[in-house]
Amino acid sequence: MLSPRYHREIPQRYRLEAGKCTGCGKIHFPPRSVCKECGGRAFEMEKLPSKGKVLTCTTVEIPPAEFDDQKPYVNAIVELENGVRLTCMVAEAPPDEVDVGTEVELVFRRLRCGREWEVLQYGYKAVVV
Amino acid sequence: MHGIVGWGSYVPRFRIKVEDIAGQWGADAAAFKRGLLLEEKTVPGLDEDTITISVAAARYAIARAGIDPKDIGCCYIGSESHPYAVKPSGTVVIDAIGAGPDCHVADFEFACKAGAEAMYVAYSHVKSGEMKYGLGIGADTSQGAPGDALEYTASAGGSAFIMGADNVAAEIVHTYSFTSDTPDFWRREGEFYPRHAGRFTGDPAYFHHVGSATNGILERSGMKPEDFRFAVFHMPNGKFPLRAGKKAGFTREQMEQGWVVNLMGNTYSGSSPTGLASCLDVAKPGDNILVTSFGSGAGSDSFIIRCTDRVTEIQDKAPKVRDQLAKGRIHLDYGKYVAYRGKIRMNQL
Ligand SMILES: [Zn+2]
Repeated sequence: MLSPRYHREIPQRYRLEAGKCTGCGKIHFPPRSVCKECGGRAFEMEKLPSKGKVLTCTTVEIPPAEFDDQKPYVNAIVELENGVRLTCMVAEAPPDEVDVGTEVELVFRRLRCGREWEVLQYGYKAVVV
Repeated sequence: MHGIVGWGSYVPRFRIKVEDIAGQWGADAAAFKRGLLLEEKTVPGLDEDTITISVAAARYAIARAGIDPKDIGCCYIGSESHPYAVKPSGTVVIDAIGAGPDCHVADFEFACKAGAEAMYVAYSHVKSGEMKYGLGIGADTSQGAPGDALEYTASAGGSAFIMGADNVAAEIVHTYSFTSDTPDFWRREGEFYPRHAGRFTGDPAYFHHVGSATNGILERSGMKPEDFRFAVFHMPNGKFPLRAGKKAGFTREQMEQGWVVNLMGNTYSGSSPTGLASCLDVAKPGDNILVTSFGSGAGSDSFIIRCTDRVTEIQDKAPKVRDQLAKGRIHLDYGKYVAYRGKIRMNQL
């Protein structure tokens, strides 16, 4: 991933900052420039809650090479307390501890190490509460 | 009144037992456990480092303080395992907690003392009136060379302290530092593992500095060991702090709550700060706490801290140290452990 994009996405990746449409109130995460519901273009920042539950999940047995050391791990779609859904990795829990309905919390983790000369990339992952 | 308005600690879920390290090297596990007074140590997850540990601890500290992170005017992180050689850990941490960009940021290094240093400088800024709140963090994901004595103790974790002038939960009433050129432990640029001068790390380094700083602050404050409910001394292993504390006139009972090393290992810059956090977790209004850090090289920072009525109001607003040490542990075997710590060279991707 390019460093400028990573840098641009810091507010959403680090602090879960979503965009709330001032016209219809729909919360978009990641933030958008045009509201999917009403076509509005004005948004205010809304910080997402960190707690939610697993809506659906899958165990990754054969990951991309850079995540090979973490296999097997779970990727999940998490529904947060305010109904917003996002996709993320579930950190540290063995796959049999994660299922539909499992209560999770979003925490700050290192997402990608890359090669020795690259920038480290951080963001949110879920952990089982 | 100036002091701690919020504190938070974070330790990873992963552990390795002394038996599993000793077994790998054909060493006598019982002798190591007796010698170090250690059961197990924390191990960082594959996606954890000093930055993520600092963020977790800082978020807990903010939750306890109940403040707007925008009011934090400085962020200092003491560690000897900053993920970058060039680019401060604090730059990532302030954006993750929402304290930036109006914030003074620096990373500190002083072996195991860097966290106490970060706390001291953050406290001094607040005391001078330069800013409303200051954040000092000590965190590490320390490494010992395979088979080395340090491998049994070097662990991962950290604690964060928000200093301020209002809603103080624990007033910092005295500080004192004792420092000298003592080459007990070092790592030169480019080396992966630190070196230690064997027995030189004991009397001339640890005990001399911890003892001098502790005696110095007691003398300056006019306080006696029996005036304290808790005492915390840097924990490179289980034995050193108990011996240093006893020599300074403290009882095992005073040291017990902050003596988290047997279940955590030595979290370096996070060691004495996490011991302090463990005491704050259960302290009562009016309790006095003495903390003395130690960093090889060598130096000690001492603090005398007095809890206010606010301390009990915020204890339950974030996870406590001893709960984190007891709950949700995942034990690794030695093979998994070396992979987690990046001690084996894998094929390049
Ligand atoms: Zn809309």
